[in-house]
Amino acid sequence: MTDQKSLLVIGGTSDIGRAAALRYARAGRRILLASRDPDAARRNADDIAARAGVQVDVFRLDLLEIDSFEAFTDGLPLLPDTVLCVAGELGEQQRAQSETAHAVRIIRSNFEGPALVLGVFAERFAARGAGTLIGVSSVAGDRGRGSNYVYGAAKAGFSAFLSGLRNRLAAQGVRVVTVKPGFVRTRMTAGMKLPPLLTAEPEEVGEAIFAADEARKGDVVYVRRVWRSVMGVIGLIPEPVFKRLRL
Amino acid sequence: MTALSGWGRWPRHETEVLSPETPARAAAIQATADGVIARGNGRAYGDAAVGERITVSTRGLDRMRSFDPATGRLTAEGGVLLADVIAAFLPRGFFPPVVPGTKFVSLGGMIASDVHGKNHHRAGGFGDHVEEMLIALPGGDVVACSPERNADLFDATVGGMGLTGTILEATFRLMPVQTGWLRRRTIVADDLDDAIDALAASARSTYSVAWIDCLARGEALGRSLIYTAEHATEDDLDEADGTIAPFPDLPKRGFAVPFDAPGGMINRASVGAFNAVYYRRGAARAGPPELVGWDPFFFPLDSIGDWNRIYGSRGFLQHQCVIPAATAHAALGTILERISSGGRPSFLAVLKQLGPGRGPLSFPMEGFTLALDMPVTDDVEGLLGDVDRVVREAGGRIYLAKDARQSRETFEAGYPRLDAFRDVRRALDPDGRIASRLSRRLGL
Repeated sequence: MTDQKSLLVIGGTSDIGRAAALRYARAGRRILLASRDPDAARRNADDIAARAGVQVDVFRLDLLEIDSFEAFTDGLPLLPDTVLCVAGELGEQQRAQSETAHAVRIIRSNFEGPALVLGVFAERFAARGAGTLIGVSSVAGDRGRGSNYVYGAAKAGFSAFLSGLRNRLAAQGVRVVTVKPGFVRTRMTAGMKLPPLLTAEPEEVGEAIFAADEARKGDVVYVRRVWRSVMGVIGLIPEPVFKRLRL
Repeated sequence: MTALSGWGRWPRHETEVLSPETPARAAAIQATADGVIARGNGRAYGDAAVGERITVSTRGLDRMRSFDPATGRLTAEGGVLLADVIAAFLPRGFFPPVVPGTKFVSLGGMIASDVHGKNHHRAGGFGDHVEEMLIALPGGDVVACSPERNADLFDATVGGMGLTGTILEATFRLMPVQTGWLRRRTIVADDLDDAIDALAASARSTYSVAWIDCLARGEALGRSLIYTAEHATEDDLDEADGTIAPFPDLPKRGFAVPFDAPGGMINRASVGAFNAVYYRRGAARAGPPELVGWDPFFFPLDSIGDWNRIYGSRGFLQHQCVIPAATAHAALGTILERISSGGRPSFLAVLKQLGPGRGPLSFPMEGFTLALDMPVTDDVEGLLGDVDRVVREAGGRIYLAKDARQSRETFEAGYPRLDAFRDVRRALDPDGRIASRLSRRLGL
C-alpha cells in the first residue's frame, strides 16, 4: 500500500465526472475512471494524466449490467478511498410516458445501477472501516414535477438510498455524501436556456465534491446554496396548489 | 443560423455553427462540408474565423493528450486554450515558448495565426515551436505533418488562417521556468525615434515591447514607455523579498464589461486622459527592474472580461502592420502623425520588434510592428485606408488575424510568398471547400 489516495469515478465520460477527477488529480490522487464507453473515457484519462501528472486508468462498467458489479469491484487494482458516482441519463419525459422501455431505462440508469454499485462498495468499505461514497443525485428528486418526474423519481430513489446508507454506516467509519448540483452547463443540458444564477459550471461541481470530501463534513451538498432555498420553498407549496402549477 | 463576428464584433455574418465533441467528428465534418472554416475561441478580431456557410467550433476538442516532464513536450487537441496550458503547467515549472496578448486563444488559433509574442525577435512565432500537427484535410483525411514530414502542408498551416484544414492536435515544447514572475525594466522614450532605437537596443532582452502615447503630437510624437523583461529566477525572488511564492495563484476572472458602452465613451478626451495618466505612472517607475506577475505582464487586458464591449455596439477595428526595419522610422512616423492629427483616439498602440516569419502567410517579417485599435465610425475607413497606403509603400504588411477590411491590393503587395500558399491550397482543396469570410474577401 502506498500513501497515495485514490478516486474511482463511475461515469468517467460525463462533464462533471471529468471535472471532479481533474480536481482530485491536481491534489495528487490516483484516478480510476469507469465507463460503458472505455474509448471515450480513455480520452479523458489521457487529458487528466497530462495535466496533473498522475496515473489514470480506465475500466469498463455498464450500470445496466447489475450482475457485473461484484466482478468489476474485484477486478480493480485497489479498493479506492473515494467512489464517486456521476452516471445517469436525463432521458425524455414525454417518451417515457408512452414508451415503458424508455421509462425503465431512465429508472435503471439513474436509480437501480448507481444505488446498487455504491451498495457493493459500501459493503467493502464497511469491512475496511473507511471510505467515502459520493452520489450525484438531483434537485429534480426533491419533488416530482410534471416536466421530468420519471427522472425525478429515479433520483428521489437514489437520494433515499444514499440517505439510508449514510444512516446505517455513519458509526462504521464510512461517509456517504449526496450531491445535488442544480443546473449545470454540460452536454446533457446543451441547448437549454438556463438561469445564470442557478447554473453551475462543471468545474464548480467538481470543486464542491472535492471540498466536501476533503473537509470530511457535509452530508447533502447543494453546489449553489441558493438551490437549498429554492427547493425549500418548492417543498413548502401545499400539494393542492402545487398540482396546478406548470413546472 | 447564427450571426457571428470576430473579437472586434464587426463585421457580422450569418453562418451555421457546428460543435463536434471529438476529433473524429471534426474530421467527419470536413469530409462533407462546403464553405467551412474552423474557429477556436473567437479571438481573431476580424472575419478570419467566420465560415462562408459553416463554422466549426473546436472548443469540444479540449483534451490534452500527453506531457513529458523530462522534455516539456506537450501534445494537445486544437481547441485547448492557452490559459489551460498555463494553469496546468506553470505550477509544474513550465511556460509556453511564445504567448500572444491574450491567454484566451486556442492552440489551433495560435498556429493558424502563427501568433507572436514580446519575444519574437529572439524566439520566433508560435509556429516555430510546433513539432507536429494532426490536420483534418478537406475530404476528411487526417494527416500528420511536421517540419520534416509533409513540410509544405506544415508550413502552409502555420499562419494559414485555418485554410488548409482543421487542426485536430499539435505537439510543442514548453520551456522550463523557475518562477511565474518577470523582472521588468521600464525605459522612457521621448519620441518615436527614441522608441525604435530603444527597442532595437534591447534586442538581447527576452521580452520587449513599447506602449505608445498615440495622442502626443509635435516634438513628442511617438513618446513611449518601453518594457523589457526576463523570467525571474528563485534567487531574484529571494533577493527581492523572501516571502514571494514562486508561482502566484492563478487569477480569478475579475471585472467584466457587462454591457455595450455608449458610443461616445471612447473619444479623444477620455483616451487622452487615460494615456497621459498611464504615461506619467509608467515614467515614474523608470529605473531599476521590478517584479511583475506573469498574468499582468503578458495579458493585461485579460483581467477585464469582454473588454471588446467598451467600444460600443458598433464594434471596433484593430489595425496591426509590420514595416521593414529600413523604412520603419519614416513610415511609422507618418502613420502616427495621421492617427494623432485625425483626432481619432486609439486606446491601445503597441510597438514591437519582429524577426523573420515561418509560413508563406505568416505575419512576422524583420522589422517593427505597430498595433492600433479604434471604434468603428463612419470615417474610420478613410483613416485606415491612408495608413494602408503608407504600409504598402514602405513594403510592409497587415496581420490577417486582426484584419476585417484591407483591400486585395494591400494584401497581395504585403505577402510576396502568396503564390506558394495558393499552390498548396489548390492541391489540397481544388474545389475551394474551405472558405472563411476572410478568404473570400481577399481571394485566398
